[in-house]
Amino acid sequence: MAQAPTEKVIYNRAGQRVVSPDYLLFEAPRTKHFMTGSEVVKEAVKRSSVDASVSYPITPQSEAAHLIGELWVEGYVGVYFRGESEFGVMSEIAGCAMAGARCITTTSGPGTLRAVENFPMWAGSRLPIQLILMVRGINSPLTIQPDNLEVAFLLDTGCMIWYAENAQDLFDMIIAGFVVAEKPEVHVPLITVVDGFFVSHTREAVMLPPDDIALPPYDPYKAPMPVIDAEVPPGRFLRDPFIMKSNYVSYATHTSWQFEVRAAIERSRPYAKHYLRGLIEEFGDPEAEIVFVACGTAAAQSKEAVRLLEDEGIKAKVVKLKTIRPFPVEELVNATKNAKIIFVPEFNVVGWLEREVRRYLYKRSNADIIGTPRVAGGMTMPPEVIVKEVLKILGKEVKHVI
Amino acid sequence: MSYKIYQVNEALREFVPREVIDLEEKATWGNPKRGVMDLPYAKELLEQHSLCAGCPEAMAFRYILASLPNPEDTIIVNSTGCSSLVFPQIALHTVHSLFGNQNAVASGIKRVLEWRFPEKVKDVVVIAGDGATVDIGLDCTLQSFFRQEKITTICFDNEVYANTGGQESGSTVKGHVFKMAPKGKQFEKVPMWQLAIDAGCHYVARLTISSPKRVEQVVKKAIYVAREVGPTYIHLYTPCILEIGLNTDDGLEELRARDKERFAFFEYATPEAQEVINRKKEEGLL
Repeated sequence: MAQAPTEKVIYNRAGQRVVSPDYLLFEAPRTKHFMTGSEVVKEAVKRSSVDASVSYPITPQSEAAHLIGELWVEGYVGVYFRGESEFGVMSEIAGCAMAGARCITTTSGPGTLRAVENFPMWAGSRLPIQLILMVRGINSPLTIQPDNLEVAFLLDTGCMIWYAENAQDLFDMIIAGFVVAEKPEVHVPLITVVDGFFVSHTREAVMLPPDDIALPPYDPYKAPMPVIDAEVPPGRFLRDPFIMKSNYVSYATHTSWQFEVRAAIERSRPYAKHYLRGLIEEFGDPEAEIVFVACGTAAAQSKEAVRLLEDEGIKAKVVKLKTIRPFPVEELVNATKNAKIIFVPEFNVVGWLEREVRRYLYKRSNADIIGTPRVAGGMTMPPEVIVKEVLKILGKEVKHVI
Repeated sequence: MSYKIYQVNEALREFVPREVIDLEEKATWGNPKRGVMDLPYAKELLEQHSLCAGCPEAMAFRYILASLPNPEDTIIVNSTGCSSLVFPQIALHTVHSLFGNQNAVASGIKRVLEWRFPEKVKDVVVIAGDGATVDIGLDCTLQSFFRQEKITTICFDNEVYANTGGQESGSTVKGHVFKMAPKGKQFEKVPMWQLAIDAGCHYVARLTISSPKRVEQVVKKAIYVAREVGPTYIHLYTPCILEIGLNTDDGLEELRARDKERFAFFEYATPEAQEVINRKKEEGLL
């Protein structure tokens, strides 16, 4: 819905004209820029009427966090400071969200695991915080290189998880993320994942709407939990520890609350579908029997592999998953109905996405599901490696030299 | 805010126990001169609270809640432990999130409330036990002091992890035998009040809760200083009478004994804090 000229023009605290999410994401004219993933975080936050952000240094997310700090100096973000550790930061940003702020923070790798106790607390407190997760390896041995193993630890925290393929995805997902996460019937945290270095530090073309328009500000009084600002009656549930009591009512309360958090994630589906233009993206021959199911950079590399396979006379397609929580089950079943072999290329050693794909396709697909290729610890995944794996499994001659 | 937000829903009124109605009807809101002398008539904490009979923490809660200069606009952030159990039994806004992150959560709340409501006074007070403050939450606590967060931190020191069954804490006295210290504690009690001074608190007090009037004075000073200057810290002795083998009516005697030794009243204020305290005295608020 465009901002019709008859409507009253309203401005956010930064003086930007407030427009509808649909206008900002789909209708506003866009111009081409050449930017890194970290830089588009700044551009997205600038257009999202963000109230608060707390930062902590860790490679590769530091630059994105610096740039949010610049926005604070420029008056686009209300509260910004450096916390003492990722554990502290995720608690500080929780406090900001409880007090009624639209919040964003960023982390990576070992920092994510340092912070992890907070994520189920965010979800259970129904805080729609957006965490930009620029994944890297986790210790030990120490690595700062791209690797998305940390996502495996976050799958069941009660947070939504989206996965951006490139800078453009990241920009659009951050804006859409606030809109979807703050829907009263959703209102759970969102972890927006992007591959460290491959996206955070790589400059690419992105299309951006003007920066004098922004999302409508967050209205904390539409939240399903009372905001902690002493302007509304106090809540009497999870934030109070009555469910520490040992009785059946408390057990049932805790259980139903856990289910409700998961149900809230499910309720995000129609919104995510609208604002992300679908929970999956398909690339290649729609009828192909060779299907890559992937997210992030692995999806980008698989697209290149599809092109190379075409040269070999092999039809293939990519199903890129934009959301991991909620998992796009029906979309995946539909997109793989002709599949004979499903490859799940991943940037980690455990194959968490392969597990997810197996789980959701169980008894719903006759395809062989093969978790290959897998690279980790900073290795790249050249399309030739993917092609080689496919040719090997198909029993064909491998001509490419890597 | 409006006091209405603390009223019991009309539709539920006839089903709610009398003492819950009392939390609303016998509240002493809107008067910064309120204090512990109101306690015989006012209601701050349900009688059916979840602390043990005779627990000095319950006394401490009543004194603190009666002394808040601005209860209707006060957010209390707590942490896991005995001290967190009473919060469903008071009227105010409270937050419990994790064990040890209370000063981090409070920092976020305070900063956002200052930004959202620049014209209003919203006090943020942390109330947490010694495990939460001195051990698992020491980092977040001291860091909030370093950052000069405008919050008041109150530590209920019972010198033990009481809620989990009596384990040694950093606040336990050296040599004392508790679970997890079967040979007696091997190192000295952590002088948290001194750490608070070194970390940049502008007002620090250490005391037992044997004198309600003194608790009131300390709480009010700490909150007024935190509002205007920066972090403040109160270290209160609230012994776990169960874990040190006392009877339910022995609490006060134990407090008075410690008044003479390791919890002898100690107070510290920076010049900026003293200026606030003097001004509030002139205004008749202290």
